[in-house]
Amino acid sequence: MELLTNQILAGIATGSIYACMALSVVMIYQAIDHLNFAQGEMATFSAFVAWQLMRWGIPYWPAFILTVTISFAAGVAIERGLFRPLANASILTNVAGFIALFAIVNSVTGMTWDFTIKEFPSPFGSSQFLGSELINSHQAGMIGVTGLLLAFLYCFLGFTKVGLAMRAAVSTPESARLIGINVGWMVALGWGLASSIGAVAGMLIAPVVFLEPNMMGGILVYGFAGAVLGGLSSPAGAVLGGLLVGVFENLIGTYVPGAGNELKLPIALALIILVLRFRPDGLFGRNVVERV
Amino acid sequence: MSDILEVRELRAYYGQVQALHGIDLSLREGSVTTLLGANGAGKTTTLRSICNMIRFTGAIRFDGIELSTRSTEKLVRLGIAHVPQGRGTFTRMTVEENLRLGAISRNDERAVTGDIDRMYAHFPKLKERRSQQAGTLSGGEQQMLAVARALMLRPRLMLLDEPSFGLAPLIVRDLFGILAKINREDKVTIMVVEQNAELALELASDAYVIETGRIVMSGPAAEISNNEDIRKSYLGY
Repeated sequence: MELLTNQILAGIATGSIYACMALSVVMIYQAIDHLNFAQGEMATFSAFVAWQLMRWGIPYWPAFILTVTISFAAGVAIERGLFRPLANASILTNVAGFIALFAIVNSVTGMTWDFTIKEFPSPFGSSQFLGSELINSHQAGMIGVTGLLLAFLYCFLGFTKVGLAMRAAVSTPESARLIGINVGWMVALGWGLASSIGAVAGMLIAPVVFLEPNMMGGILVYGFAGAVLGGLSSPAGAVLGGLLVGVFENLIGTYVPGAGNELKLPIALALIILVLRFRPDGLFGRNVVERV
Repeated sequence: MSDILEVRELRAYYGQVQALHGIDLSLREGSVTTLLGANGAGKTTTLRSICNMIRFTGAIRFDGIELSTRSTEKLVRLGIAHVPQGRGTFTRMTVEENLRLGAISRNDERAVTGDIDRMYAHFPKLKERRSQQAGTLSGGEQQMLAVARALMLRPRLMLLDEPSFGLAPLIVRDLFGILAKINREDKVTIMVVEQNAELALELASDAYVIETGRIVMSGPAAEISNNEDIRKSYLGY
């Protein structure tokens, strides 16, 4: 029983990182109808920025906040500079853009900080959380920070004027323009937020997987899986999907005989495909109700 | 009365295809003007040009301000509310959120809340459904919502694109009654594009008839609806 609780909690901890990645992907997907393959590389780059800032002597939390801010600005800049000009281009052109972004960010990261593994500090330490055997303090920290982040986003999107305008702009751009919303900037804001969320995920997972230019590769796959499982049309669904994938992964690694570390990824993905076989819009994706 | 909107030599294009061939229109402040014509005559295109949503040449002045150099989202803020064809409600948001969105470019939060209550007084059905997703409303209710949302801008000019489309006759009567009231009480100038000429001419004070991208007739609404020749050849009733 303790093993089960332990595995579920650890699953939620890594799942919260998948949830963040899933959420970033969904935010951009809703804004421009494309999947950002480079989301993971952008998050890795952000984690390196944080690492560099700390190297220069800035304490953890100021570096954390500075990194989130820089990532936000970078997200906006990428939208303005690269994807806004591609807004009316074909799907394949956009896909090529994302692949280019992936390759560029990845090699710039490698060139700047090289490919050797680096240690990344955790502000929460790695002792047992509140003396409990079930979860360590960094895992608790991952869950806590993600929880705060989600609460912030929920309030921002649900209850502020800008949040309302953003949701309107991505759901029905033409109508949004007709009520005076600058849709272009709302999309850029979405990119900024997605990039910031990715930065938080990158900084939280870096102490666990160690910092290196390809560290988010596997994590983004789980993030995509979470997003698709929850439903690409639903930010809340993406978060739940990410958490579920984290828990699935751990339970399969522990309880399926012979699965171990090698097979837990394929088994988790196979489960997801099974779910999508019966619910193509994802678990929480809405088949939009509309009367004509 | 002075003209609030002036359109001169408007030519609009969809790609290589020219849809409007030099339209001239004037809207008197405080009037209700209707633009009538068959499917494909260029009614929607005219409205879309006014809001700079399509490529065009010519002059469009609102209260003396040239609109063609302004983006859609900026010119809307001058007080031009456009209810597009198909209503353009935010279907996945609640009725109340839709109303708030109508006022998103305003900065007087308190007055906005008051205006929402006024809309609920105009449209009691919307109040009942305030926290429901707009997409679940009936067609008539959605059209009411679209009008209410447009009014939340406190517009000086309201453009309506076939508001009667797909609605039951009784609901259309209701809607046009409300439009007349809004025009009378809130002094909003209204331009309504319609295929339902009979009803539109009842509501309007001025009318234009458009055919294949050209204005073929204009004048006081009463005159046009009394002229049997025009009615038979252009309006089909």
